[in-house]
Amino acid sequence: MGAIAEGEIKVLSGNQSTAEAVVLCQPDVVAAYPITPQSEVVEELSKFHAEGALQAELVEVESEHSAMSVLIGASSSGGRTFSATSSHGLLYMFEAYFYASTLRLPIVMAHVCRELAAPNTVLCSQQDILTMRDAGWIQIHCASCQEILDSIIMAYRLAEDPSILLPVNICYDGHYLSHLSARVEVPNQADVLTFLPQKKLRECRLDPDKPMMQAPFLGGKLFTEYRYKHCSAMQNALQKIDYIDGEFQKSFGRSYGGLIEEYRTEDAEIVLVALGSAASTAKAVIDVKRNEGMKVGLIRIRSFRPFPSDRLEKAIRGKKAIGVIDRDVCFGWNTGIVFLELRALLTRLGISMPLVNFIAGLSGADITVNHIGRAIDTTQKAALNKPHQEVTWLDLE
Amino acid sequence: MEFQTVYPGPWVDIDKSELLTNNVGEWRYRSPELEKSKCSHCGQCYLYCPTGCIEDKDTYFDANLAFCKGCGVCAKVCPVEAIRMTTGGK
Amino acid sequence: MKEIRLHGRGGQGVVMASEILAVAFVAEGKYATAFPSFGTERRGAPVKAFLRTDDKPIREITQIYDPDCLLLADPFFQNVAEVFDGLKPEGILVMNSQVPVERSPHKNAKLLGVVDATSIALQEIKRPSTNTCLVGAFAATTKWLSLDTIELALKEFFNGKALEGNIRCARRGFEEAKIIKF
Repeated sequence: MGAIAEGEIKVLSGNQSTAEAVVLCQPDVVAAYPITPQSEVVEELSKFHAEGALQAELVEVESEHSAMSVLIGASSSGGRTFSATSSHGLLYMFEAYFYASTLRLPIVMAHVCRELAAPNTVLCSQQDILTMRDAGWIQIHCASCQEILDSIIMAYRLAEDPSILLPVNICYDGHYLSHLSARVEVPNQADVLTFLPQKKLRECRLDPDKPMMQAPFLGGKLFTEYRYKHCSAMQNALQKIDYIDGEFQKSFGRSYGGLIEEYRTEDAEIVLVALGSAASTAKAVIDVKRNEGMKVGLIRIRSFRPFPSDRLEKAIRGKKAIGVIDRDVCFGWNTGIVFLELRALLTRLGISMPLVNFIAGLSGADITVNHIGRAIDTTQKAALNKPHQEVTWLDLE
Repeated sequence: MEFQTVYPGPWVDIDKSELLTNNVGEWRYRSPELEKSKCSHCGQCYLYCPTGCIEDKDTYFDANLAFCKGCGVCAKVCPVEAIRMTTGGK
Repeated sequence: MKEIRLHGRGGQGVVMASEILAVAFVAEGKYATAFPSFGTERRGAPVKAFLRTDDKPIREITQIYDPDCLLLADPFFQNVAEVFDGLKPEGILVMNSQVPVERSPHKNAKLLGVVDATSIALQEIKRPSTNTCLVGAFAATTKWLSLDTIELALKEFFNGKALEGNIRCARRGFEEAKIIKF
């Protein structure tokens, strides 16, 4: 198919973009519990369901734990499934969440990034989903409403791939993206169905006509084989995510870079690393700094899990310093989480390069143009081996 | 590092701290008007008021307009219809 | 790129106003983004909305600190100093006021569009939701949108009697806004 498919232009919020994408992907079962700032997803899906646009079985559940449990059952029976949650909803479903990935179920779940209490809050941060990085789900972070819509479509193709069979989180910042209304092109149904894999029953499924046992009690070695296979699937996903992004570009004319998006990194001397909406703002700040003569670029990590080591290595080789913006904290290391992952990468690669961390944007605090400017300036200081702090809490100092 | 918060964990001493209050009366576009002679001092409006702004004036109850949002619940529940929601005055 | 900051209280439709304007800008072939900032979601709580529009895709996803234009849904806000923080010199102010405005509430607000949106809304839709009236006044004051596009955008948010009433609000906001240069 040579022509790039054109869709309908609408103005949609991040949450509405999620709902539109879900309708296009035609799931069999949807179960989700409302929680700020995700509630609009559930409301829109209910509306679409009432209108008949969403043909799925919409299961009304009384909690997120039940929502994921329902989807485990539906997905285990071979159905295409969807859910959405945020922060405490994710915590509430954690038991089932870990179960879903280790059962190797291709569930797709939108995750709206929100702070974890205490103190009390419903506002944005990435603490919730980054804290869950070891739960075995694929984790893709978006920076625009268009990307949210497109990534959910790509997520089903990724999750249901026989070499992957892992659940996928499509993550976006609470309020800053969930409630951001923007111009979005909604692809048409036929083109999305062409792009997605045909629904077919998997060999391993719950089916009375073909009895199989799911998740038997296993000790030691046999259990370990499953963990190894899970990691292998995560490894496969590295290449698959880039491949599917390429295919999406061929079909719909839009690409996000796959595992990472690079902005003006080729001749950059220093790079910022960020996830989500702040990375989008950073592009504008980088353009200003570039006009002032600074050679700075941005790496926006899309796939946080699997961690894109090889793509990152290519992007950072030869740079003089890296500044990582974290919208989260890692208690105990007392730095950000993304910072630690970059540190691990540099060690693994044997690269010695100044790595600085900026903690900002917690509980809905805005990550402003000024914050990003300060992050760039400090990273530049680090590159020139001038005295600087390794970790800066941008709202406190 | 200097902190604005006091304790290690998220606690606020109500006696020492100034908690934020909103004079929600600014939001109002209609006010409860009381016909004092009709008031039977039953206390229904006082019990139902969502902002808790209705005050006991010994022989009648009346809304404190600094906090009255003009929702009209008091007028609705008054058994003797002594309260009327009006847009005149503020 | 134009940055517009809207101020109001929960229930006045400030968030919807920013979305209506975003739809209108996109309908005219531009890009637009809009998002709200609020504390607790309840009637009466202060609400801000941040609207950006440009001819190319907008990358900034932050609150607005240097607006080109302010829209005040409630007369109360003209006396709140912080509301005007960062307003650019030669800034535009669209405001709801029941009384005539003699002086600009801020030195940077050089072009004003004043309309009694509360009264118009109470007359046309029986509720003090001033948003659609102010959206009309915005178009008249800034000249960044046509009234036709506003009416088209309203169709995305209302239908039936509500659509008719809100179109009347927008039209009256457009026609009755007093445009004053300071």
